Amino acid sequence: MKKLLILGAGTAGTMVANRMRRLLEESEWHITIVDQDETHYYQPGFLFIPFGMYSKNDVVKPKRDFIPKGVEFIVAPLERIEPDKNRVQLGKDGRYLYYDFLVIATGTQTQPDQTPGLREHEWYKSIFDFYTIEGARALAKHLRTWQGGRMVVNIVENPIKCPVAPLEFTMLADWFFHEQGLRDRVELIYATPLPGAFTKPIASKHLGAILERKGVKVEPEFLIERVDPDAKKIVSYDEREIAYDLLVTIPLNMGNAVIARSGMGDELNYVAVDPYTFVSPRYPNVFALGDAAALPTSKAGSVAHFAVDCFAENFLRYADGLEMLPTFDGHANCFIESGFGKGLLIDFNYETEPLPGMYPLPGVGPFALLQESEANHWGKLMFRWMYWNILLKGQELPLPARMTMAGKWKN
Amino acid sequence: MAMREIAGHQVQVNEEGFMTDPQEWTKDIAVEIAKVEGIPELTLQHWQVIDFCRQDGMATGKAPTLRRITTAAGVTTKEMFALFPKGPAKKVAKISGLGKPEGCV
Repeated sequence: MKKLLILGAGTAGTMVANRMRRLLEESEWHITIVDQDETHYYQPGFLFIPFGMYSKNDVVKPKRDFIPKGVEFIVAPLERIEPDKNRVQLGKDGRYLYYDFLVIATGTQTQPDQTPGLREHEWYKSIFDFYTIEGARALAKHLRTWQGGRMVVNIVENPIKCPVAPLEFTMLADWFFHEQGLRDRVELIYATPLPGAFTKPIASKHLGAILERKGVKVEPEFLIERVDPDAKKIVSYDEREIAYDLLVTIPLNMGNAVIARSGMGDELNYVAVDPYTFVSPRYPNVFALGDAAALPTSKAGSVAHFAVDCFAENFLRYADGLEMLPTFDGHANCFIESGFGKGLLIDFNYETEPLPGMYPLPGVGPFALLQESEANHWGKLMFRWMYWNILLKGQELPLPARMTMAGKWKN
Repeated sequence: MAMREIAGHQVQVNEEGFMTDPQEWTKDIAVEIAKVEGIPELTLQHWQVIDFCRQDGMATGKAPTLRRITTAAGVTTKEMFALFPKGPAKKVAKISGLGKPEGCV
């Protein structure tokens, strides 16, 4: 019996478990998945919680509901990966799990402790995050009675999970304060370490223009050194200061600490893998998928989905002793909520930055790329259903895993 | 892609002025780019960072991010901003003849 071990039952790990259970013979392959948590969070939904659009019930389900029959699910923390011995030690009882092939899908987590002043006495009083269920709910409660002032949205450092989420949050805040009748009493500032609104130039220009129209001031190249929670200001390494009444932070993102304990990560605990096949250059039977991988593409569920499509086919070849094909192209596809019942969509990969156009059918859509439309907003809302019912279960979507230029406009 | 003469050497640069072939880099090119970037003199501490970035860049094929430099080269983020003001990772990558660091995607 061959053993496939998956670490992490989040978006990427759960999809791998479902897909591989269907593709690998049960009489030949034992599949095990380990996670320390029983609850699966629909993380894209966290964005809507501060504005009262979603509640906790909309974004949680038991992980067990999504682990297929024939896959062993172990709830335990991870102590150490020992790739030289093909085994992983669990935290609770110290027991070892042995593997023939290992998939690391331990994701990325926010680390507010890494920025001085952030998670201290003003945490969840005047300083909030929305990348955790606790933060999103605390912020929702705070916004219900907030009377206005200066709201600063600050990204501590890139890369972050879902790089468009802070932009969406800011645009939704603009809409929310309009609805509450207090937009004229709210100043919105977007302080980012990037030179503009987004990472890629054309999208940055489009999104920057939208922010400007919405009256959001962008403070570019702002790398935060510390928060002064009493004076209510953030200070950058080059000694710029921004005062706030309400600070919404996207804390430093880091990979799981087990990666560092096992000596397998880079300086942010992400695992180096081949960008086209996800195999580790050091250990030929170890893969990293989803946010845990140190790859120059977005850390996002859509990327994990396209990645699993490419990985699954390649794994079957690899397990049969064939070479893997360099099929993954870094494909990402992200809805961007922009408020007032509209949204944008971006579609890009390692080589091609987000461009305007129509998706998935060239010229037809129904989704407009890099432009605001109502269809994009409905796409985003529908996506929650797709996530729970199709994506997590590892079902195929009628969308190609690799990006296509059809339907995109270069100028 | 364009050719540019820096310190008497013909080198290839991209539209943002980053050298595209790290093999074409020399120390006098670094001194020249640093001047254009507002650093009139490269001190010993500047060179320690540049040497680290050169080694790391040649080994990995890409320019190190700011966090990688501060983790591995024994220099703090604060010192990096003092040495290479306004976007230290980008600035040191440019001076070291490496591409733009791809920390952000």
